[in-house]
Amino acid sequence: MSPRELVGRVGFYVLIAVITAFMALPVLWLLLAPFDRTPTLTTSLPEWTWQNFAGLLDNPYALASLGNSVLLALGSMVVVTVLGALAAYALSRVRIPGRDGLLYALLLLSSIVTGTAAMVPIFLLMFELNLIDSQLGVVLVLSGGLLPAAIFILKDFMDATPRSYEESARVFGAGPLQILRDIVLPVVRPGIATIAVWTVVNVWGNFLTPFILLRSPDKSPAAVVLYTFYTEGGQADLGLISAFSLLYSIPVVAMYVFVNRRYGFRFHGGIKR
Amino acid sequence: MADIELRRLVKEYPGGVRAVDGLDLTIADGEFFALLGPSGCGKTTLLRSIAGLETVTGGHILIGGRDVTGLAPGARDIAMVFQDYALFPHMTVRDNIAYPLRIRKMGRPERHAKAEETAEGLSLGGLLDRRPGQLSGGQQQRAALARAVACHPKVFLFDEPLSNLDARLRLEARTFLKRLQRDLGVTTVFVTHDQAEALAMSDRMAVMDAGRIRQIGTPTEVFQRPASTFVASFIGSTPMNLLDAVADRDTLRVAGTTLPLPAAAGPHVRDGEKLVFAARPEYMTLHREAEPTGIEGVVAIVENMGVGSLVSLEVPGGADGARIVQVTVPEGQEPEIGSRGWAVAAPERVLLYRHDDGELVGSERAGAGEPVLAGAGD
Ligand SMILES: Nc1ncnc2c1ncn2[C@@H]1O[C@H](COP(=O)(O)OP(=O)(O)OP(=O)(O)O)[C@@H](O)[C@H]1O
Ligand SMILES: [Mg+2]
Repeated sequence: MSPRELVGRVGFYVLIAVITAFMALPVLWLLLAPFDRTPTLTTSLPEWTWQNFAGLLDNPYALASLGNSVLLALGSMVVVTVLGALAAYALSRVRIPGRDGLLYALLLLSSIVTGTAAMVPIFLLMFELNLIDSQLGVVLVLSGGLLPAAIFILKDFMDATPRSYEESARVFGAGPLQILRDIVLPVVRPGIATIAVWTVVNVWGNFLTPFILLRSPDKSPAAVVLYTFYTEGGQADLGLISAFSLLYSIPVVAMYVFVNRRYGFRFHGGIKR
Repeated sequence: MADIELRRLVKEYPGGVRAVDGLDLTIADGEFFALLGPSGCGKTTLLRSIAGLETVTGGHILIGGRDVTGLAPGARDIAMVFQDYALFPHMTVRDNIAYPLRIRKMGRPERHAKAEETAEGLSLGGLLDRRPGQLSGGQQQRAALARAVACHPKVFLFDEPLSNLDARLRLEARTFLKRLQRDLGVTTVFVTHDQAEALAMSDRMAVMDAGRIRQIGTPTEVFQRPASTFVASFIGSTPMNLLDAVADRDTLRVAGTTLPLPAAAGPHVRDGEKLVFAARPEYMTLHREAEPTGIEGVVAIVENMGVGSLVSLEVPGGADGARIVQVTVPEGQEPEIGSRGWAVAAPERVLLYRHDDGELVGSERAGAGEPVLAGAGD
């Protein structure tokens, strides 16, 4: 290795180290600040205390909001996986003209549904439907935004399942729903698992939709409640925020680890043999 | 048990491809019937139409006398083995074999017992708890067969079930499948593009081309008297020699030689009519000395076929330059490359085809029906 190459390589690793440290800092903050008596925006070794978590218990909405988040996430997960799987199966198996165009259009438009731009019309629509301040309304809006991408990904899995599986089952006399239940769904299970987790993560982290559509604080999910943690002086209460953030992120990380162990994440179809 | 009857069956795909084109066919009860033809001739489409996986555009399908044309696949009492076997990857072999029985609402203990019994019969005994991915190709094929057998259908439909096996295994599987079919006596339609497979296994076979049947018969009939040059060039492990010939009074001029015109063909050919002379390499002999009825040529290639060799003679002449005539010679009698040889066809094995439509001389023109008369005299 020439000195030039050596310098180049050392420089490369230094650069990577700097970038890694930069990325790691917020995570480190999240791990340390909750246990600090006087948390600041800088990362430093804390004076150990549980006081921030005790503060959370005193807050009337903090723990209940985690329950609300679970409710919204699981509700959306059910809607997205069930409707997504049915729609993807149909779209994968039925020939209709302009099918791919339709899918791409849906996919494009879906980013608008949950985006900021469409919030006013969505608010008006939900108002007309009497779904303001209803968790069902939030689940429907979020699911609507996530479904196109879910259908898109699941359709890829369904496309990769050989038709001969279903034809074989048909010859034996199985009906469409039996085939879906016994053959197609088990074969595309990794895809379903991926979509389920992806939905949960998306809904768990979504702030804007529940913030706009829900009125009562006792129905708000964690992402919205986090926003209400101020001290009497009107300052952000970093102690509560950091402690709550830690609690808030644990379920998602745990779920990711579990599902990855169990099924493995894949975003494309194909049968492992 | 049941026979299969196809009446004027038509399957036209959107886009206008007529994959099955007005096909009439009756397959007898208990028969092992092979559908043979080149790629794209409509074999799979025909089989899938019988299964009900394709909706036919015209005609009728009768199984055991019952018109099933409009029935769903599951209501036709058939079992199909797909080319890729279509074993469900997430189920064990036991569950795979038992799946059709589960659809028929048979209880778990009964269907598992039935699956085990069937698997035992197909020597899959120790593999019941494996997934299809953990089986060899031959075992997968037997598992797919077991699944078809376990539901006791009236008809078996096989779409090239042996084509994913390697050569040696394929020979074993042939024998195995033939014996299984004989033991069960179930009417079987078997699609293949391998003529050797069709000849070896079937009771009767049909040769298809472009959605139509070109010939139906027992393997012996089809092998010995192909109804047209198309069938002749398709059947046989060594291709049939097909040489342009011209009728000249009582003689036939072929590749620079004059042969007597077979007596039976006489009434059916006009003087000076262009014909095709056909003889299988196996039905020709090679002579070292000049023979009056021999086609003379120079030995160009000698291919070892294990027992005996296939000799290619280069025959000069013709507007298109040299022609090749192939002859099989017994072991130990291989000629030198470059030496002269005379290929003599056994007169009773020679077939004559019309040059224009490629049909056997004496057969009816452009019509269905048995050829009135085959080429050579007897
Ligand atoms: N789904 C389809 N849509 C349109 N045309 C089709 C379809 N399936 C098959 N064909 C056409 O129908 C014809 C017959 O196809 P088929 O698959 O029956 O042939 P095959 O004899 O089974 O050939 P191979 O030996 O290659 O399997 C072909 O010309 C094919 O291109
Ligand atoms: Mg085919």
